[in-house]
Amino acid sequence: MPRSGAGVLGVPDPDPGYMERMSPPLTPRREFLSGCRDELPLLLGVVPFGMIYGVLALDAGLGAFTSQAMSSVVFAGSAQLLATQLVREAAPALVVVITIFVVNLRHALYSASVAPYVSHLPRRWKIGLAYLLTDEAYAVAGSRYARDAGVAEPSPHRHWYFLGAGLTLWTSWQLSTAAGVFLGAQIPHRWSLDFTLALTFIAIVFPSLRDLATAAAALAAGVIAVLAFRLPYNLGLILAAVAGIGVGLAVERWRA
Amino acid sequence: MRWLPVLFVAGLVTFATRLSFIAVLGNVEVPPLLKRALRYVPPAVLTAIVFSEVVVRNGAVALGPGNLRLLASAAAALVAWRTRNVLLTIAVGMIALWIAEAVL
Repeated sequence: MPRSGAGVLGVPDPDPGYMERMSPPLTPRREFLSGCRDELPLLLGVVPFGMIYGVLALDAGLGAFTSQAMSSVVFAGSAQLLATQLVREAAPALVVVITIFVVNLRHALYSASVAPYVSHLPRRWKIGLAYLLTDEAYAVAGSRYARDAGVAEPSPHRHWYFLGAGLTLWTSWQLSTAAGVFLGAQIPHRWSLDFTLALTFIAIVFPSLRDLATAAAALAAGVIAVLAFRLPYNLGLILAAVAGIGVGLAVERWRA
Repeated sequence: MRWLPVLFVAGLVTFATRLSFIAVLGNVEVPPLLKRALRYVPPAVLTAIVFSEVVVRNGAVALGPGNLRLLASAAAALVAWRTRNVLLTIAVGMIALWIAEAVL
């Protein structure tokens, strides 16, 4: 039976592609592309961030190659920015590793959050998606999983959506780092560009202050960090993080 | 180049953190206390970094108006709080610092 141009009741279909566009079959390719598309608005914040990192890394004395390599090896904006600071101060290697670990601990939370949705996938997928699990990829993929919560039969290809979002971010992070490394050579010191580190963190901390407990955790950690700044090896930061988490949990219990 | 091995280890640690629950789920449940504690990691760590970057200047605590970065950070924090716009926050903070350096 000829389908083209004829609707279900034999009435000519004015627009044969209509049904397809209204409920597109969720092929891996379509999932991948919509993941890429949904990541795009976040790039507005990511690209300048990557460029700032590139500038600071070069300024701290990491060579162009190492600066660029860190963007694919560590692949975590805040940790990379902080690492440039530690390199500038010539901190011991162990301090650099522990500090990056503490700053990136939040990714364990993302890992716990997406784990149920990727548990059925083969190991190579789990490894690939874990590598791509940044703040921005989680923001997009995690909200997709949350949106699907009420759907009886969610698409079996959702991991392609996650992959699209993650790869889009990865590519723009590498390119913006390269742009920063290229520009960094031409920016004079007296512009105080290292201050962008604190400014970037000020900008990204506010969305995480969602209630009294998170605000108390932040304030406690900030105060402890200042009080403990004389501790060697940046241990003040770790002490501050632990104290902040403790205060957050205590306030949460007290409010409950 | 000297830093490359260190960053490689840091990268592995980061990857292990991201893989953690993805790898073990099905075998291990996430302890509820750990899950609740992890929620406080971003605000605690980020604020600790900001405070020590801005308040500690040249190896001493500087809370007076002579600390121009503190003034510029206050302006940036106001913008971050009201707009949640990363780019605008950085722009306002940098411009505030440059103006303060030129004027004061």
